[in-house]
Amino acid sequence: MAATKTTTKPSANGTASKAETTAKNERLAVLKTYKIYINGQFPRTESGRYYTIKLSNKEQVNVCLSSRKDFRNSVSAAREAQEKWAGKTAYNRSQILYRIAEMLETRRAQFTEELVNQGASAAAAKEEISIAVDRLIYYAGWCDKFNQVFSSVNPVSSSHFNFSSLEPTGVVAAIADQNSRLLGLVSIIAPVIASGNTIIALASTQFPLSAITFAEVLNTSDLPAGVVNILTGEVSELLVPFTTHMDVNAVYINTNNQQDKVTAETNAALNVKRVKVEASIDWTLPKNEDPYRILDYTEVKTTWHPIGI
Amino acid sequence: MSKKQDKTQKAAIADLALDFSSGFKYEPAPESSSHVKLEKQYELFIDGKWVAPIDEKYFETTSPATEQVLSRIAEASAADVDKAVKAARNAYENVWSKISAKERGKYLFRIARIIQEKAREFAVIETMEGGKPIRESRDIDVPLAANHFFYYAGWADKLEYAFPGKKANSIGVAGQIIPWNFPLLMAAWKIAPALAAGNTVVLKPAETTSLTALKLAEVFQEAGLPAGVVNIVTGAGATGAAIVNHPDVNKIAFTGSTDVGKIIQKAIAGTNKKLTLELGGKAANIIFEDAAIDQAVEGIVNGIFFNQGHVCCAGSRLFVQEGVADKVIKKLKDRMKSLIVGDPMDKNTDIGAINSKEQLKKINDYLKIGVNEGAEIFQPACTLPKKGYFCAPTLFLHTSQSHRIVQEEIFGPVLAIQTFRTVEEVLEKANNTPYGLSAGVWTDKGSKIFNMTTKLKAGVVWANTYNKFDPASPFGGYKESGIGREGGLHGLLPYLSLS
Repeated sequence: MAATKTTTKPSANGTASKAETTAKNERLAVLKTYKIYINGQFPRTESGRYYTIKLSNKEQVNVCLSSRKDFRNSVSAAREAQEKWAGKTAYNRSQILYRIAEMLETRRAQFTEELVNQGASAAAAKEEISIAVDRLIYYAGWCDKFNQVFSSVNPVSSSHFNFSSLEPTGVVAAIADQNSRLLGLVSIIAPVIASGNTIIALASTQFPLSAITFAEVLNTSDLPAGVVNILTGEVSELLVPFTTHMDVNAVYINTNNQQDKVTAETNAALNVKRVKVEASIDWTLPKNEDPYRILDYTEVKTTWHPIGI
Repeated sequence: MSKKQDKTQKAAIADLALDFSSGFKYEPAPESSSHVKLEKQYELFIDGKWVAPIDEKYFETTSPATEQVLSRIAEASAADVDKAVKAARNAYENVWSKISAKERGKYLFRIARIIQEKAREFAVIETMEGGKPIRESRDIDVPLAANHFFYYAGWADKLEYAFPGKKANSIGVAGQIIPWNFPLLMAAWKIAPALAAGNTVVLKPAETTSLTALKLAEVFQEAGLPAGVVNIVTGAGATGAAIVNHPDVNKIAFTGSTDVGKIIQKAIAGTNKKLTLELGGKAANIIFEDAAIDQAVEGIVNGIFFNQGHVCCAGSRLFVQEGVADKVIKKLKDRMKSLIVGDPMDKNTDIGAINSKEQLKKINDYLKIGVNEGAEIFQPACTLPKKGYFCAPTLFLHTSQSHRIVQEEIFGPVLAIQTFRTVEEVLEKANNTPYGLSAGVWTDKGSKIFNMTTKLKAGVVWANTYNKFDPASPFGGYKESGIGREGGLHGLLPYLSLS
């Protein structure tokens, strides 16, 4: 952004420098309001609260400080959307994930600028976007394959036909890697929704901008409302609602804090949530994408039927 | 149709109904227990040896059918559990993880073979101590237990084929806590995959059913399984807690109630212990109008009265489509009248003894609750033995979703019946429970089966059958019925870490 500061050109994204609004009667830049993403819409937090992000160009942005109630609304939306999303064909889900990748690719410039504004180098920003796009395509490709690879026909010792296949666990609440600007969020959303789950994700508190812009990508990708919901806010405030909600089936918590891990795993026991706690990792590494991340949020269903007349 | 014709037809139908109460008398057919070798007292099985508990505490185990004392069982304290975990750790580091996977598998094959050789002894002890009909111990529990070891034996040296793209590594010491409803079978479910995956084990059987697990320890000795690879510590809740909380245990596998499962999940929060939970259930067994009714009735009976209803996946909520409800209930009542309740050692017995006095009290409390909630109770006339803990098979009619007997797991021979009209209605009702272990569907229409089996939120769905189990078939629940699967290829994963 610093580079554009001297020009009068409005920036590609909304984090326009207020310095552009010179007194010389030039056009006033239109700033973007960063809102949260619930049920396919972009409301402000119901709490009316905000927190402020300072960008590397010394500008600042007000971001929604989401509340427990925002989370509850998101869970309702995610639950409502889940069965239909899971009921779509795997091929259809695959195409929608691919479409998300397409939409992200076409917005490279905007994302690059936003990542740079949030402190990434230009080269790192470009790499992060490229990997995010490729990661979406990677999981898009798995939608109609993971069940083939990880299901089984079971040779039982009686005259029954017996098979096991994978079904989505349901509604997943995720706290994304707080140290990642975009890739950590994308890398957790994609495998969760690939099998037919719906998700409520909390973006990185310090890097929320690209998460909200990613919501705009999702919103233009034929992804049904409620399948992905993205909140911005504080981990310390939302960790408990995320892990105690009785209509959430699984939680993913990325944290390096042992106390957060204990809290998450303790709360998960309330309704036997599947819980995965993971430390902050380098999401650019290929080893951090694999189909087992899809399996983490699936249930094995075994069906029996007699063989006979 | 004339009145006369109608009368004749009714008479013909009446003739077809079999009068079991007067027409058929079963002579006693008791299984002999003469060949069974039971010690007067059992110690803990730690590091390949029988060791007295440090506190020298013992408790008695009794037969629920006769209330006779069968043996005295050691009660393991936290210090005993610590000894067992140390033995398991030592065996893991120095023996079990060092021998080749092929050899590991061969031990399991050997164990399977010895169980088969001693099948009759195992079956008799299982029935004496647990109260389940000898027919079930003999035909289901024991053969399946042997089959489980045999199945997982073959996996030991093939793990690289199970999880594509990953290397499968053992985890270390597995702490396993099992219930009293299928004592030997649950021990096999737990131990076989753990060992095949290369782990060592500390296992605690339920306090009312320790004997077959201890007999299994004798099999391990006979098979030459290296000392410490499996350790068996007997005791009650405190012993289990000591396993769960032991810092050197890498994995906890628990089968039992959802309440205790939640306590365990909470207890290991923050520890990095891997967890498998097989918890409670309240399964819907759904009968459509186009089902083969006679088979469905058999399925209902097997679904709820198998093992006295002490089955986490029991079909305890029956949903009958309205058009056939009267017919199904009539046939079900008739069938229940023919069930033989009594001496579990008798080969003709269908429903044996309730596992313990406590469990019988719990079931009887629920029978009162059901009546007080306004449901209509039905029990066939049957004489229960004077001694021991018995419960007649029970139906509740006119129940609704809000009834406690519909919502809560009773773990006894008690069936709550509701009717339904449409597929949407029954799916809504069937899935409206915190549990999600199993379900049953009865219809002759294939597309309806797949519609139902896809939409029922349960880990195991039986279509036109019920309560079938197999080592090759993954078992485990959605939602509050548990985490992870046991059995089959998928049952290996909880005992491995992938890298």
